[in-house]
Amino acid sequence: MSIRLPEGAPGARILGLGAYRPRRRVTNDDLAQVMDTNDEWIQTRVGIAERRWASEDETLQEMAVAAGGKALAASGLSPDEVDLVILASASLKEPIPGIGPQVAHRLGIPRPGAFDLNAGCAGFCYALEVASASIRAGSARNALVVGVERLTDVVDQTDRSTAVIFADGAGAAVVGASDEPGIGPVAWGSDGDQFSAIEIAAGTGTMTMAGQAVYRWATTRLTDTLIQAMEAAGVGPEDIDVFAPHQANLRIVESMSKKLGFGKETVVARDVVQSGNTSAASIPLALTALMESGEAKSGDLTLVLGYGAGLTFAGQVLVLP
Amino acid sequence: MSEDIQAGLAEILEEVAGVAPADATPEKSFTEDLDVDSLSMVEIATAVEDKFGVAIPDDELANIKTVGDAISFIQKNQG
Repeated sequence: MSIRLPEGAPGARILGLGAYRPRRRVTNDDLAQVMDTNDEWIQTRVGIAERRWASEDETLQEMAVAAGGKALAASGLSPDEVDLVILASASLKEPIPGIGPQVAHRLGIPRPGAFDLNAGCAGFCYALEVASASIRAGSARNALVVGVERLTDVVDQTDRSTAVIFADGAGAAVVGASDEPGIGPVAWGSDGDQFSAIEIAAGTGTMTMAGQAVYRWATTRLTDTLIQAMEAAGVGPEDIDVFAPHQANLRIVESMSKKLGFGKETVVARDVVQSGNTSAASIPLALTALMESGEAKSGDLTLVLGYGAGLTFAGQVLVLP
Repeated sequence: MSEDIQAGLAEILEEVAGVAPADATPEKSFTEDLDVDSLSMVEIATAVEDKFGVAIPDDELANIKTVGDAISFIQKNQG
């Protein structure tokens, strides 16, 4: 007696993207009123001009449902065609229960496999790989991936090294089967020796970041990951239309872009300027912003890379829906 | 030898942080006098590692406050 396996799909691709940006816009001048900082200090160090902070009613669940609903609408699928929901977040307030099942239920997705995934700011790209692999393996027909964060809940609002950077929001992607692969092989990994570089130490409830260590890691150790993601997909930097790394800090975005030799013909996501660092939500937020502005378009070959707490990282090449 | 290191360091400072080479003298503090921020210090550290073949871990970097500190660190650790 042998165990039968499903056929699966030759490839997976993103069918639709969606985003939710909290209502409240907070500028650098607003922050300068409440802490020792100013617009010039923030702009030169992290390149952020403004960010969105969630209000009380903009919970993780509400934002995830809003972004997920938009991604579903953009995909053209009905909720009952989705059978896997992965919710990536590093700012869940209560560990039990995970909120993936609740978000799925609220979206009318009937009884999907659903769970939360914590890979810090790399969460969206980790979740995208799990979704893509599940579809190719036949474990799911279509999957919803959501990255959602309320980092303002875990940041000390008087600590200028983190409060000016971290923000709130949600982004989502519906992933489905395709004959032509629209999501390339993942290049992922972790550097667990640096586990304490970004952490909420037990009992504190407050996130701290060793800024210099993380900056050094991001600008020196991840170039190879980006190259691996392109090589694994069989493309080179000259083929990339859009480069959308995690929106941690504009200087990291520019450094990576320079190291890969991207010129004017490649659109580089700089949503961090408007959104701050939204961790697992930053890549789908950046991609939807580029598509809404017309800078990126359907079919564009896009290189993404998530990286952050863990330390974790994951990059892949994908085709925009 | 320390002149060569100072000149090499000045090149890096100009490239990374736009510091005029004449200003890169040993008594100058990176953050106070030369307006180098903490992330540019990381870029300077990685450029120094490449140029001089030394390793500057993050905890050592925290102790390098002046151009002179950097010169002595390089002298002490160059193989």
